Amino acid sequence: MPREVRDVVFVDGVRTPFGKAGGMYANTRADDLVIRCIRELLRRNPQLPPERVEEVAVAATTQIGDQGLTIGRTAALLSGLPKTVPGFAIDRMCAGAMTAVTTVASGIAMGAYDVAIAGGVEHMGRHPMGEGVDPNPRIIAEKLVDPSALVMGATAENLHDLVPHITKERTDAFALASQQKTAKAYANGKLQDDLVPMSIRDAEGAWGLATVDEAPRDTSLEKLATLKTPFRPHGKVTAGNAAGLNDGATASLLADEATARELGLPVAMRLVSFGFVGVEPEVMGVGPIPSTEKALRLAGLSIDDIGLFELNEAFAVQVLAFLDHFGIADDDPRVNPWGGAIAIGHPLASSGVRLMTQLARQFAEHPEVRYGVTAMCIGIGMGGTVIWENPHWTEGNK
Amino acid sequence: MSALAAPNEVVTKALLRQVNVPGLDRPAALITLDNGFDHTKPNTFGPAGLTSLDEAITAALAADPAFIAVTGKPYIFCVGADIVGLPQLADRAQALEIGRLGHRVFARLRDSTVPTFAFVNGAAMGGGLELALHCHYRTLSGGATALALPEVSLGLVPGWGGTQLLPNLIGIPAATQVIIQNPLMQNKMLKPKQAAELGIADVLLEPADFLERSLEWAAGVVRGQVTVTRPEVDKDMWAGVLYFARETLNQRLHGAVPAAYKALDLLETAKDGDFAAGTAAEDEALADLVFSEELRSGLYAFDLVQRRAKRPAGAPDKGLARTITKVGIVGAGLMAGQLALLFARRLQVPVVMTDLDQSRVDKGVGYVHTQIEKAVTKGRMDKNTAAKLYGLVSGTVDKGSFADADFVIEAVFEDLGVKKQVWAELEKIVSSEAVLATNTSSLSITEMAAELEHPERVVGFHFFNPVAVLPLLEIVRGERTDDATLATAFAVGKQLKKSSVLVKDAPAFVVNRLLTRFLGTVFAAVDAGTPLDVANSALDPLGLPMRPLALLQLVGPAVAYHVGGTLHAAYPDRFGVSENLRRIADSGQPIVVDDQVNAEVAKLLVVGDEPLTAEQVRQNALDALAQEIRLMLDEGVVAEAQDIDLCMILGAGWPFHLGGVTPYLDRTGTSERATGRRFLPRGAASLPA
Repeated sequence: MPREVRDVVFVDGVRTPFGKAGGMYANTRADDLVIRCIRELLRRNPQLPPERVEEVAVAATTQIGDQGLTIGRTAALLSGLPKTVPGFAIDRMCAGAMTAVTTVASGIAMGAYDVAIAGGVEHMGRHPMGEGVDPNPRIIAEKLVDPSALVMGATAENLHDLVPHITKERTDAFALASQQKTAKAYANGKLQDDLVPMSIRDAEGAWGLATVDEAPRDTSLEKLATLKTPFRPHGKVTAGNAAGLNDGATASLLADEATARELGLPVAMRLVSFGFVGVEPEVMGVGPIPSTEKALRLAGLSIDDIGLFELNEAFAVQVLAFLDHFGIADDDPRVNPWGGAIAIGHPLASSGVRLMTQLARQFAEHPEVRYGVTAMCIGIGMGGTVIWENPHWTEGNK
Repeated sequence: MSALAAPNEVVTKALLRQVNVPGLDRPAALITLDNGFDHTKPNTFGPAGLTSLDEAITAALAADPAFIAVTGKPYIFCVGADIVGLPQLADRAQALEIGRLGHRVFARLRDSTVPTFAFVNGAAMGGGLELALHCHYRTLSGGATALALPEVSLGLVPGWGGTQLLPNLIGIPAATQVIIQNPLMQNKMLKPKQAAELGIADVLLEPADFLERSLEWAAGVVRGQVTVTRPEVDKDMWAGVLYFARETLNQRLHGAVPAAYKALDLLETAKDGDFAAGTAAEDEALADLVFSEELRSGLYAFDLVQRRAKRPAGAPDKGLARTITKVGIVGAGLMAGQLALLFARRLQVPVVMTDLDQSRVDKGVGYVHTQIEKAVTKGRMDKNTAAKLYGLVSGTVDKGSFADADFVIEAVFEDLGVKKQVWAELEKIVSSEAVLATNTSSLSITEMAAELEHPERVVGFHFFNPVAVLPLLEIVRGERTDDATLATAFAVGKQLKKSSVLVKDAPAFVVNRLLTRFLGTVFAAVDAGTPLDVANSALDPLGLPMRPLALLQLVGPAVAYHVGGTLHAAYPDRFGVSENLRRIADSGQPIVVDDQVNAEVAKLLVVGDEPLTAEQVRQNALDALAQEIRLMLDEGVVAEAQDIDLCMILGAGWPFHLGGVTPYLDRTGTSERATGRRFLPRGAASLPA
């Protein structure tokens, strides 16, 4: 049976404000964070009949407790979606939500369904990295992977070893710029519209409302220089030039383009290509380089065609390695114009959709840009890249 | 203030936080009510809790917030005044003060120039709902269970503004329903949708993101983007509605519940809308009622139902209970059908009904199926549950199908010989440990078990009609019933969601014995020549749920005559046999038609020429009750007078304002006159000495 591949569009995306582990979400359930996002997505798009959602993919790295129980399905039920809407849980560590998007996009493209929700959640306060893991002893016995590969900060130090020209000063400067760009974006109201206010409860039992990210901080190069290097004595990776441990959730709406137009749903981005590639787990930070090369190759594009980059800042060194590889300056205005995970935070499996949501808003502000990239490094040695086309691109409309 | 300190108050703290709400240029003040426990111990207001709220409001206003909102802890907003503390108030002046304190603190939310909101996230009763009524606006969660002003059911009035605010918000007909009618109808609660439709809340929001949406809605109101419209209250119908409500009360209660009448008076005051005068009247009413016998009885009854009913006195160790995996029911009549449905629904195990022939079995199973269908049609049961119940309930003429049942209950004809024959036959089929339960209302459990090989597994399991409605289960221990059997019976009772009371094997147990004795005096008066109307209305001042003849009609004259016979055989000097009752039973005619004594029945009676006055009938009836209860306690039929009261409340629907019955007998001096002493110490269910 012959069939056509259909165009997939990113309709809308939202996220909770990101919290610091042990911070404002200490008494909030992980599933409630993502449920809140799903409900808000549906509320912001009233023209979408809930029963038209035909799949809900929710990512979480640690799928136990309030992040377990096939969270895509339970979150769909608890969000008030009809019981006929299925869902599943998905995991690719930091690229969980990104993989949720590419997976449902694949389903849409091949015609399995028309509209889907993809998102992610990570409550690192409730589920610290590595909770309940049981690595296969062969990893050590057969020297398959260096044990440091399981400690993300250690992999970032390993990466520094391979790119000695990226100094600690350079990573700190990049980190400071991230904080400053985020502060400016907040001041200019760029980030707020993505945020879903979330009810929170403190230790005493009082209710409150989370409306802004908890992690951004006012810092300086001097302060950053004084921070400890917990992953290696006299190392280069600090809490200041890496993303923190965070709690948060995201959700996005994807659709077949024709269906989106039929339902009157906004088209924020059009999916062009995506690629995931494995690298040495000990230096997982280089992952986005080959995955971006692959996605570009599949799209028939070159790096020069990309007008905007949303790169996940797991570690400054890993972003700088990417920029160096592609010959892009550290302060190139196309890169993370509103800052990144170093300031905003990186609740592992949820971050992929945050990159997309921000790229979508930048597309709307930059009709001169045709293509944008969202990319991130992934634990156990992988990179993931999604290339998007700007539907507001003016050249195309001429 | 210190004079009001309640030593055992579980303090509900008012926790204030500044909250930034998108779209507002300055923070809002969000006050959370939380007593530090989970939802099983709900928030309540005592003096310290009110003071905490007062302080929170002061601090909130000091910060000049965009608005002030009050909400609760998960599942609970606030369930009202701390009633446990009420009997500890030393005097009327203190009772006045607690009323005034609540009014003063709540009024700050009403008088505030900053907009105030209640986000009713969960259960809101009494003072909790009154707090919400003082706020300028209310959001309500669709997940909020238990919305009510239940004060009148206990013997109080909504005394923190409820009687003044509610009628002026939702109109007098609905307010009368919420404040007076619902509390007197087994304390009926409002569902969130009903409450919103009545206008108690301005907006009903889904529970999933209730607080977020409430804050957003409040911000919309403050910014003028959300307009709140409320229908105008019709003042013209005020007097008419209250007149009708008063007439209805008179017909039902004959003045027996002072709280209900005080509530009516307060609703009348509310018409003019002079809030200060209205709340002052509430304070006076509250203070009067706190020092009323009816309230003390009500609090006692409330405690019985809330606590004692859940921990039955004398029940053996729970650990001895056996697991029930299959239930057998002997008989397929109406009672058997009710039992089959109840057991299948609550125990979720196979239930097999048997009877003598297939057509009776089919009829019994058919009854159960019809009830399930009705429940589904009315939306009270989902299809999956119905499908499960259809599969669980079956019928057969072959008692062999009881072989693997762990619990067999009989509901056959009330005849000792018949029942003994049933058990003898069953003992050959079931295991030696299977519990044999009897739903007899008057026969001896000990005698029924006497000739069995294993009499220790026979237990009385006496339900009240209608089985699905009345919560009481009298669990009767025969002389040889063992602890494992009894523990199993209590465990099953709990699973059936019944309140079990342990009763000794004595004729007619508790409720039927007392009602029979009580009705016996009424019929004795009729036999002596008292007009039916006079005898029938003689007990009106008690405010019982129904008059004697209506009760007789509900029980069925034939059943009453039969139970009366059993009791007459046991205690011939106290339980007479009324030939007139037999005549009524034989005639098959209804005794009461449209609440009036049936003249045709009156013609059947053969009576003497020594009529009693209503006063005499009442005194005889109460004296008889007191004597019988004293005898029952002396015989050890139940552990304590509290169990008698629990039985009368849950099995006969006797009202809270009587405390069941013994507090009323005590406070009217009946106990001392008829038995020489009180049932309960002064202060336990009555005003202190």
